[in-house]
Amino acid sequence: MLRYAGRRLLAAIPLLFFVPLLVFALIELAPGDPATILAGDEPTPERIAAIREELDLNDPVLLRYLQWIGDVLHGNLGTSFVSDQSVTDLLTRRMATTMSLVLVAMIFAILLGTALALVATLRSGGIVDRAVNWFASIAIAIPGFWFGLVLVSVFAVGLQMFPAFGFQPLSAGFWPWLSHLILPGFALGLLPAAEVTLQLRSALGQVMKSDYILNAEAKGMSRTSVVFKHSLKNACIPVITVLGFRVAEVLAGSVTIEMIYNMPGLGRTAVEAVQGRDVPVLLGFVLFSTTIVVLVNLIVDISYGYFNPKVRS
Amino acid sequence: MSAKRSPMSPGPGDDSHGAGTPADGLAKTVANVPTVAIGTGDPEPVAAPGILKSIVRRPTTIVAGAFLLVLTLIAILAPALAPHDPDVQNLLLRLKPPSAEHWLGTDDYGRDVLSRLIFGARVSLWAALQAAAVALVLGLPFGMIAGYRGGWIDTVLTRIMDAIMSAPSLVLAITIVAVLGSGITNAMLAIGLVMAPRFFRVARAGTMDVRHETYIEASIALGCSTLRTTVRHVLPNVLPPIILVISVSLGTAVAAEASLSFLGLGVKAPAASWGSMLSTASSNIRLAPYLVWPPGVMIFLTVLAFTYVGDGVRRALVRTRSGN
Repeated sequence: MLRYAGRRLLAAIPLLFFVPLLVFALIELAPGDPATILAGDEPTPERIAAIREELDLNDPVLLRYLQWIGDVLHGNLGTSFVSDQSVTDLLTRRMATTMSLVLVAMIFAILLGTALALVATLRSGGIVDRAVNWFASIAIAIPGFWFGLVLVSVFAVGLQMFPAFGFQPLSAGFWPWLSHLILPGFALGLLPAAEVTLQLRSALGQVMKSDYILNAEAKGMSRTSVVFKHSLKNACIPVITVLGFRVAEVLAGSVTIEMIYNMPGLGRTAVEAVQGRDVPVLLGFVLFSTTIVVLVNLIVDISYGYFNPKVRS
Repeated sequence: MSAKRSPMSPGPGDDSHGAGTPADGLAKTVANVPTVAIGTGDPEPVAAPGILKSIVRRPTTIVAGAFLLVLTLIAILAPALAPHDPDVQNLLLRLKPPSAEHWLGTDDYGRDVLSRLIFGARVSLWAALQAAAVALVLGLPFGMIAGYRGGWIDTVLTRIMDAIMSAPSLVLAITIVAVLGSGITNAMLAIGLVMAPRFFRVARAGTMDVRHETYIEASIALGCSTLRTTVRHVLPNVLPPIILVISVSLGTAVAAEASLSFLGLGVKAPAASWGSMLSTASSNIRLAPYLVWPPGVMIFLTVLAFTYVGDGVRRALVRTRSGN
């Protein structure tokens, strides 16, 4: 088991550095002088020269890339073009917001998805089942950031139930923290919630057909206890896997949600970095989010091996 | 992450990009479809008319298809249909709610929302087509090469595609746009690149399925060039599931374009796209909440329609494959 985990970990590391390589290659391949492009819409000669200097654009691209990797391995992600801050500091400071948001969205997705799938399974084939299925397939097509805007308009501006914008750290108290996360978490969690619903409903449907469920029902167990005591545990495994792989999309979705709710998170940092053509921050952000995704996938992969010894070899 | 996985089971990691997440399940099913064909001893490519007939039989697919057709017509005929010039500003008419003159109201520059919505359909559909074309051009040939050649070429290409898929799609797209400069074409290039692995996987799986069929070996034995063998004999087998991926990807691209334009990385002002209209709505949400609805509903309906059309294609594929 440990060897399997180690092998997966080694296989995952090159993934981390591929996307930054892509960024370096694009800077090199983009038509025109990269320093001029990165200097923005109205470049001044000083700014172009500064960028050229900062990115070592006079060096060959591969050397630049290897230097960057060397710095990263020393824990140094460079300095922001715009604010002259250390990129590592900047990203770590902004991380708490994004992690809180993703956490609330995922918890929401699991709670709502499980509840809907359970209700649908208990009323299998009935109106509720069909309504749940209908709701989930529609919810999948709703753009998360639009849903976020609708929530602001209805619950924050219209009913004034929740704060519309901003973020409070957990240190400011649980309720101030949570109240700023309910609407964005709901908006970000709707898509994974719909997916959990569909996945869990279908997994439960499969499990309900198996012999041991038939046996449990034959001995007179009520449907509710069959579902809760026997089916749910077995149906959970594929859902956990799917959820793991969805973390990437939730993380991507947090970019627009953070913009709408004016939250000082990683996504907002990235958008500001794009506007300021702040390459070091962008590279750091890409490395950061890829790492999170690769880590989560790794955990899912390893849990695969844990649940199913056949995968290990 | 999955170089060693069998071609027929892309696994749960398969495709995790964009808002068109149903692609996940669909692509998986499609990758599984050829297995059925082999099981029934019918390796011959499916004739397209059979699929078309099967698609047409489903009402939801028809409604979704009709919606997309009307939308395309609206996009093409936008200059004739729009009641006002979408870019003309009138500061006296700022943020006016819907009225007889302006059915959907006006935005913060006094521009007619309905006209912008109609012209936005142009931008959104055209952008989606561009992105899907980029993904197709990148994914299909490389997928077929990987599946046909196997060996180290396959390993390298699969690794690269896995790496692209391991980054959150929008994050990758934002980064590419930052480097290439914002603008709709660059944004769609980025989204196309991000979606390419889907095409790659399906093309690779479809190619591997028939790679060792007798008719392929016959073609090689007859002295056909690799190009001719792949284009004439492998491609027809790969194409039907690719059509499904195209449909789903168009939906993903519409949503992705909206996200990027919302963030100000897609269309340049004053041009209207549904995403940039939502950005306007976002900054005026207290004064003009009515601005939130039209572009959002259009994005939602378009994504939904592409999903349903894709679903129709998938069902038709499964039915034609296993039916005869």
